[in-house]
Order: sequence, then structure tokens, then C-alpha cells
Amino acid sequence: MAKHALLPRKMINFFMLGLCALGAGAAILVVCLMLGYIMVQGLSFINLDFIISPSVGPGQQGGGMRDEIIGTLVLVGLGSLIAVPLGMLTGVFLSEFGSPRVASAVRFAADVLAGVPSIVIGVFAYIVIVSPMKSYSAFSAGIALAIIMVPVVARTTEESMRLVPLSLREAALALGITRWRSVIFVAIPGALTGIVAGIMLGVARIAGETAPLLFTALGSNFPFDDLMRPISALPLQIYRYAMSPDGNWQEQAWAGAFLLVMLVLVISLVVRWMSRKRRT
Amino acid sequence: MESFINTELSSRKSLNDSDYILQVEELNAFYGSFRAVKNVNMSIPARAVTAIIGPSGCGKSTLLRCFNRMHEVAHGARVEGRVMFDDNNIYATGTDPVRIRCHIGMVFQKPNPFPTMSVLDNVVAGRRLSSLWTKRSEMEELAEKCLRQAALWDEVKDKLKQSGASLSGGQQQRLCIARALAVQPEIILMDEPCSALDPIATLKIEDLMRTLTEEYTIVVVTHNMQQAGRVSDMTAFMLMSDDRAGELVEYDTTQRVFTNPKDKRTEDYITGRFG
Ligand SMILES: Nc1ncnc2c1ncn2[C@@H]1O[C@H](COP(=O)(O)OP(=O)(O)OP(=O)(O)O)[C@@H](O)[C@H]1O
Ligand SMILES: [Mg+2]
Repeated sequence: MAKHALLPRKMINFFMLGLCALGAGAAILVVCLMLGYIMVQGLSFINLDFIISPSVGPGQQGGGMRDEIIGTLVLVGLGSLIAVPLGMLTGVFLSEFGSPRVASAVRFAADVLAGVPSIVIGVFAYIVIVSPMKSYSAFSAGIALAIIMVPVVARTTEESMRLVPLSLREAALALGITRWRSVIFVAIPGALTGIVAGIMLGVARIAGETAPLLFTALGSNFPFDDLMRPISALPLQIYRYAMSPDGNWQEQAWAGAFLLVMLVLVISLVVRWMSRKRRT
Repeated sequence: MESFINTELSSRKSLNDSDYILQVEELNAFYGSFRAVKNVNMSIPARAVTAIIGPSGCGKSTLLRCFNRMHEVAHGARVEGRVMFDDNNIYATGTDPVRIRCHIGMVFQKPNPFPTMSVLDNVVAGRRLSSLWTKRSEMEELAEKCLRQAALWDEVKDKLKQSGASLSGGQQQRLCIARALAVQPEIILMDEPCSALDPIATLKIEDLMRTLTEEYTIVVVTHNMQQAGRVSDMTAFMLMSDDRAGELVEYDTTQRVFTNPKDKRTEDYITGRFG
């Protein structure tokens, strides 16, 4: 009986293993193909001019995405400026101070927020900021990106704070240090690498967001000068250029995509390296 | 068996009421609804070493943590009864546990220096993190004084800037003792401070406990009965009762507990290991 059962069990085992391998292989293949294609295309079109020159009109040669790169830096900076303190405070609250019921409600809210499609967040920002102010603006886009980034920072902060051993917190308390001081001077420094990794993941996430920018930043043909005015950004320009029939623009869309992918790739690698270092 | 008992120290004291620094009255400690420590009454003499012994799980750590209000840090933990410290109940309503812990410090079983701080910053952490501003030279002086008291200065004076986690286990434990001393408490509670250490480091810490009694009161939990015999003036023996709550079975001078215990269970426990 047992002997008979063994064969199918081995076969199922083998089959499941194969299925998993197939899935993993497919995922790696897709990443490699996509990265490879963007690299090959992007590398052939990217040059110094692309980074330091402003854009040119259709039908013309040359030009670049200087203003779009600046725009993306401004938007990511603005989003981080809002989301990092807010997300960190939320994460610290979740791991340290929230009563279990309040904390689980906040955690649930953060998870839902993380799952909301970014276009919905764009529409939300449009309704509450753009429309009352009667103007598309870098400011509204920064808020929209911050809303996307907050849950990422909050949850990673919470998780890394939880990894700080109880023995260190108790050591601080036993020295007659108040709870909140021990959080600031002992727990947060202990969790810092994890928190920084979370911030970088958040930056990677919002750097490439396009949909919310359509409703907020809008795009602009002028260099950035005012937070309350529309602003151009890399993903917006990639979208515009890639959809156009102009050959020069299409080439620049590839170069822009390459730049964005490299940004995300570098951030992911740094985060991996940091978390490996933390574990050892 | 008597050879390891410090007779000179144990017999030196004839105590009266004013020599007691901590008076524990009807103390009960709970984790949620589970009572871990039951009806403990004991008076702890000042400037002496009091040892708490007993089998694993009988509530020694729990009792010790009740003495500086660290018990309530655990989730759902609570305390009933009184602990009188200098005639004030540390559990009186309105008493700030943070203040109590400044007077009654603690050293844990596993050395736990702050890994993000240097050796020097570790020593003065209690002072620096509870004041708005501290003078650098003052902190360096304090650190040197406490490291010398903890018999660690010579070993770390060239490594003050290194991370606290870079020291050996025994050095880390003495660093933790120095860190507790820097707060200038009156009492230091130690929960099996030597259990992670080798015999030589253990002896160093035992010597240290003896010298510290010149200024400090020490309460130490230990599994090692020779250690209790070597270092302590008073010994408390705890045992789990039928409802799994820890009880204080016997509390007396170390000499009497080890040579002439009143309770049969104490004798069994002591001779069971060493007879
Ligand atoms: N955080 C906690 N939550 C719930 N129960 C606990 C907790 N800590 C300890 N206990 C329980 O309280 C009882 C006493 O534990 P305690 O740690 O005080 O024992 P101990 O005498 O120090 O043992 P050991 O010698 O092994 O350190 C045990 O039954 C234990 O299971
Ligand atoms: Mg214990």
C-alpha cells in the first residue's frame, strides 16, 4: 500500500517543483528582457546633451530632458519632504505607542492606502487641491506623491523598529530614561538602516509614478520656477514623447525610460546591500 | 560545604530596622491573570548583597523586576502590594517609575550595551539621555570613574570611541554595570549577571559586587549556589507553589540558609545540588 502511494507522491512533488521553477524562471526572464531591452535602446540614445539641454519641438534634432529631470527631482524631493516625517512618525507610533486597537486601525488604513491605485490618488489631489486653487501645480503633485509614499515609509519604519530587541529598550528604561527619549535615542538609531531603506524604496516608488502627475503636475514647456505652477517631469515626458510620431522624441523617451529604470535599479541594489549589512 | 560561605561577611551584621533600604510587603506580581509571585515579604539590608536563589521559573526575575518597577514594562503585567524604599512606597499612586529607576538600577542576564553608541557614550547614556545638556569633560570624568569602579577602565581606556558591542561578553557585562553606576543609584539589581560569562569573568564580577557594597546595595538573582555563598550576606530561597506562583520559602543570613536552613525544602534544594 505504502509502496503504491509513493510513486504518485513523488510525481506530485516533482510536478510542483517544476511548476515553481517555471514561475520563478518566467519572472526572471521578464525582468531580464525588460531591463535588457530598455538598456540597449536607452544606452544608444542617452548622452550628455540629453541631461543638460532643454527639450526641443517636434521635427527638430537634439535637445534633452534637463527640465524634466529637474522637475522629477523637485517632485520627489517635495513628496519625500512631506512623506518622510509623516511616515516615520506613523511607523514609530505603530510600533511604540499605539494601543493594539488604535494601531491595528492605523495599520489597516496604511495598507489600504498602499493599495489604492495611484490614479485615484491623482484624482483625489485634483479635487482637493488643483480644483480649489484653480491651477495645476508642482505643489499638488508633491502632495499626491507624498500620499503614495507615506504608507511605504510607515510600514518599513514600523517593521524595523520592531526588530530592535526588547533588551535594548529595557536597558534604556532601567537607566531611568523616559519612554519617548529611549525611543528617540535608542530604538530609532537601532532601526535607522531599515528606515533609510524604506525611504529609498518609497523614493523609487514615486519617482516613476505617472498617473497622479497627469492630474496635478500636468507638464510644462518651461523651466521650473514656481511651486504653484505646472511642472514637467520625466515620466510625463516619456509618456508624451513615446506616444508621438516624432522619431527624435521617441528616441528621447527611451533615454528617459533608461534613466528612470537605472534610478530604481540603483536604489534597489543599495537597499539590498544595506539590509544584508544589517543582518551580519 | 561551609567552606564557600563567606562567614566573616555574613556574621558581621546585626541588623536593626533603619538598616533596611527596601521593605517588601505582601507583594504579588501578575502576568495578565497568571500570578507569578505570591505574598512576598522581605527586608533588604543596605550596603549588603542579597541573593535570590531557587529553581528555574519560580519567579526570581519577576520579583527582582518588581523592585524598580520594571515588571510593569511587560505587556499585561501588574503588581499588588508595597515596596517601601526610604519609607516611600514605590507603588504609591503618582510615583513616577522613571524616578524610581534612577535610584534603583538594573543589570540584566544578557549583556545589553547599546550597539549604536561608543563605549564612552554607553557608560554615560543614563545621564546624557535624561538631561537636556551635558558637559563633555564632565561626562568623560564620570565615565572614567564608573569604568574604574566596574574594574574595566584599564581594558577599555584605549577603546572608548569604539562601539559598545565590540567588547567581549565579560567586558560588555562590566560595561553594563558601569552604565548602571553612572546614574548613581542607591540599589543595583542584577539578574543572573554572570550566567553568560566564563569563570574568570564571573570571579571579576563577584569581586566587583563585594567592593560595590561599600557604597551600594546589591540584590542578585543567581542559579549558582556557590556564587550566592561567596558573595551574599542575605539569601532568599524561592519555590513554585502548587498553583505555579513563586513563594518566598526562606529568607535569612546566607550563613544560616546554607548551614542551618529552617525549611526542609531549602535544605533539599541546597543539599540536592551539593550534598
Ligand atoms: N513576560 C511574561 N509573560 C507571561 N509570563 C511570564 C513572563 N515572564 C515570565 N513569565 C512567567 O512567570 C513565571 C516566573 O518567571 P521568571 O522569569 O520570574 O522565573 P525565574 O525564576 O527568573 O526563572 P529563571 O531562573 O529560569 O530565569 C514563569 O512561570 C514564567 O513562565
Ligand atoms: Mg530569570
